[in-house]
Amino acid sequence: MRTLDIAAGSSRHIGLRTDSAELRRSEGTGPAISTYRLDNGLDVVVIPDRRVPVVTHMVWYKNGSADDPIGQSGIAHFLEHLMFKGTEHHPVGEFSKVVSALGGQENAFTSFDYTAYFQRVAPEHLERMMTFEADRMSGLNFDDTVVAPERDVVLEERRMRVETDPSAQLSEAMAASLFVHHPYGIPIIGWMHEIETLNRTHALDYYRRFYAPDNAILVVSGDVDGAAVLKLAEATYGRNTPRGDGTLRFRPSEPEPRASRHVCVADPKVEQPTVQRLYLVPSTGTAKAKESYALEVLAEAIGGGPTSYLYRKLVLEIGRAVNAGAWYMGSAIDETRFSLYAVPAEGVSPTDLEAELDRTLDAAARDVDAVTIERAKTRLIAETIYSCDSQTSLARIYGSALALGETLDDVRLWPDRIRAVTRDDVVAALQTSLVKRRSVTGYLVKGDAR
Amino acid sequence: MSAVVERVGASPAEIQPIRTPGGLDAWLVASDFVPLVALAFNFEGGAAQDPPGKGGASQMLARLLDEGAGPYNSDEFQERLAEHAIELGFNAGPDAIGGSMKTLSEHADKAFELLRLAVAEPRFDEDAVERVRAQTIAGLRYQMNDPGTVASRRFFAEAFPGHPYGRPISGTVETVSAVTRGDLVALHAATIGRGRLKITAVGATNADALAADLDRTFGALPEIAPAAPVPDVSITGLGSRIIADLDVPQSVIRFGVRGVSWRDPDFIPAYVLNHILGGGAFTSRLFQEVRERRGLAYSVGTSLVSYRHTAMTWGYTATKNERVGECLEVIASEMSRLSHEGPSDEELGKAKDYLTGSYALGFDTSTKIAHQLAQIAFEDLGIDYIRRRNEMIAAVTQDDVRRAAARTLNDAQMLVVIAGRPTGLAAA
Repeated sequence: MRTLDIAAGSSRHIGLRTDSAELRRSEGTGPAISTYRLDNGLDVVVIPDRRVPVVTHMVWYKNGSADDPIGQSGIAHFLEHLMFKGTEHHPVGEFSKVVSALGGQENAFTSFDYTAYFQRVAPEHLERMMTFEADRMSGLNFDDTVVAPERDVVLEERRMRVETDPSAQLSEAMAASLFVHHPYGIPIIGWMHEIETLNRTHALDYYRRFYAPDNAILVVSGDVDGAAVLKLAEATYGRNTPRGDGTLRFRPSEPEPRASRHVCVADPKVEQPTVQRLYLVPSTGTAKAKESYALEVLAEAIGGGPTSYLYRKLVLEIGRAVNAGAWYMGSAIDETRFSLYAVPAEGVSPTDLEAELDRTLDAAARDVDAVTIERAKTRLIAETIYSCDSQTSLARIYGSALALGETLDDVRLWPDRIRAVTRDDVVAALQTSLVKRRSVTGYLVKGDAR
Repeated sequence: MSAVVERVGASPAEIQPIRTPGGLDAWLVASDFVPLVALAFNFEGGAAQDPPGKGGASQMLARLLDEGAGPYNSDEFQERLAEHAIELGFNAGPDAIGGSMKTLSEHADKAFELLRLAVAEPRFDEDAVERVRAQTIAGLRYQMNDPGTVASRRFFAEAFPGHPYGRPISGTVETVSAVTRGDLVALHAATIGRGRLKITAVGATNADALAADLDRTFGALPEIAPAAPVPDVSITGLGSRIIADLDVPQSVIRFGVRGVSWRDPDFIPAYVLNHILGGGAFTSRLFQEVRERRGLAYSVGTSLVSYRHTAMTWGYTATKNERVGECLEVIASEMSRLSHEGPSDEELGKAKDYLTGSYALGFDTSTKIAHQLAQIAFEDLGIDYIRRRNEMIAAVTQDDVRRAAARTLNDAQMLVVIAGRPTGLAAA
């Protein structure tokens, strides 16, 4: 509910199979999509799925927590909460009441690179949703009295997600260590002490900078017709004023890393240690040629479930871990993270398991065979077909890709590009990217929190 | 094949009841929009059937079904799933072992064959049993001091002492350690049979093809005896407050009162009542009072729990230790107000509008449809339930809601479990 989009794979459940449920891109032969750009710069994407009388209406803004001003970490996410607090034309709660009375569902989420709002309703209510959403794109206005309670809500959200969970604290510490300069190292929700200082002015300043049609993407999927949606978009969002260059994002970039790092969270509440590793690697936004596709296949091949290389070696063969895997947060504008994780078997220390992990990784370039690569590709491509079953998944796939600056072709051709990845590409990605000096290793252990 | 078809939600999709030549019953929603087949099914049984001292055995059984079957050891079996991107999974609930399968239609034959092996010929190889045990124990340890897990486990233990529902489905380190291969084999023989099976399928298939697939997959399973009887039970500890001490800055709270089971004629009124109190919209009373007005919590809500042998209304929230007392007062006061005054006519009307209007949202993917139908089939609500459901909601009156409130809200005398270190609050 008004959530953080803790992107794929970064959840730290150590269930049996932690295959990350990242949304994959649509198959080349997928739905008949129409696109359009309004005069004010708003991109419009319509994805028909006429099976059920339901539409998903989403607006994506091309700014996220990585665009928070220095000292105001968490403002993108706090603003996302405040977007439910009313506009010049509609008092606090009215939009939500209308959505609910129409039998609709709504929510919003903030990620590093984007923020998105959505409703799911019957098609005859789409116009009303568009009218409300266009209104809060430029008319946000709330009273100071709603700010303090909502800040308390966000503080409780942070307590729930992080302050009570040593494993989440390790994730934060590892990201903060991996990114020595880039704001991806700052949590999406913000640091506790900075959230406490966020106020109405911070939120509205941020809003006025980024919330505009030329910084947004409208995605409508479900039981709709492209032409009809475009007409509605003209009549609603078409009235919003563009902001021009003011919405551009400025991000520092990471220096070339030289130091391998280790961090450790010790807490008396920890009963099951874990070992994690993050590498600084290219993303879809920074990769040259097919590096990013190779990294996708690499993550699936070495760490995607019980037939992956790491699981077979560490769990099945040598039995030093009870679970092991990998994930890659490829969808990002700037250099991003690739993760390995392992859960030690009883009596195995994190240090010993890390050594095994490194030995295994050293042998991977030799051991990961063509069959494993093909299996990984099959699974990645099948995911794109499975995602066509869900209008919401498709809306998220297209919305997030465009918000990151990718093109529709990047989405459409994704399966072909995955198919084209060779074993040599995967080995090259492994040898270039998964190197110690680009990494942070984290231990979660039982111990004195002091 | 029967000619009766039921529409799904307000959609053109139709539910076909199927009786296979081999005598299995299933429901099918055929749709070739996406080239996939999704299957959901339940075997009556589940964690309530775990042998004494062996809590978690059903969950282990569920996790072991795809860890080696027929001619394949675990790794070989998983490789066959992976190379065709077939998704197969099993899970234990309190009253059932459920399963789901999703496959591209081009690999449906392979998928059904692997499913057949998993249910009919699981191997329970010693190394697989030990690995799943170690993974289960690691998972239990990982969650051991998680405030949400601590609160929920304690809540069920207090609500249903001495009853199987009071035991955690995934067991404890001790009970999972005690499960033997013999226990798993016996539990499989007692649970995985065709007489206790409910199946639903959605996707690019047709009645004849599905009937053949189902006979091949489940047809040879034994007709087994009914599950061991589980006594009916009611939530206990109403009016008491339990604190599970945990050194965290925020307390997780679980609270519960009596409920109404899905098969009870008052279920629909209770469902509407729950929506008004703490259902999943931003408009519920608890969301408004606890979160919007006071900023006490990020999440707060209530839901109806309907098991075969009990029903309750239970709620969740989490607030910083300093505000636990205030938060509980707000919850109790809203519950008490609703219990004494009932909802306003406008509130009731809006709740009904939301619940009827939003029903179709749960039917927009094959997997969601399969799971909704599987649950309806498991509860024996009838193939026409989806058509009738919105009419039943629309027919709910103030009297119905007040009757449901009288049966459940109990003047806000709740069982409350708090995991954390709440300030200025003692157990009571």
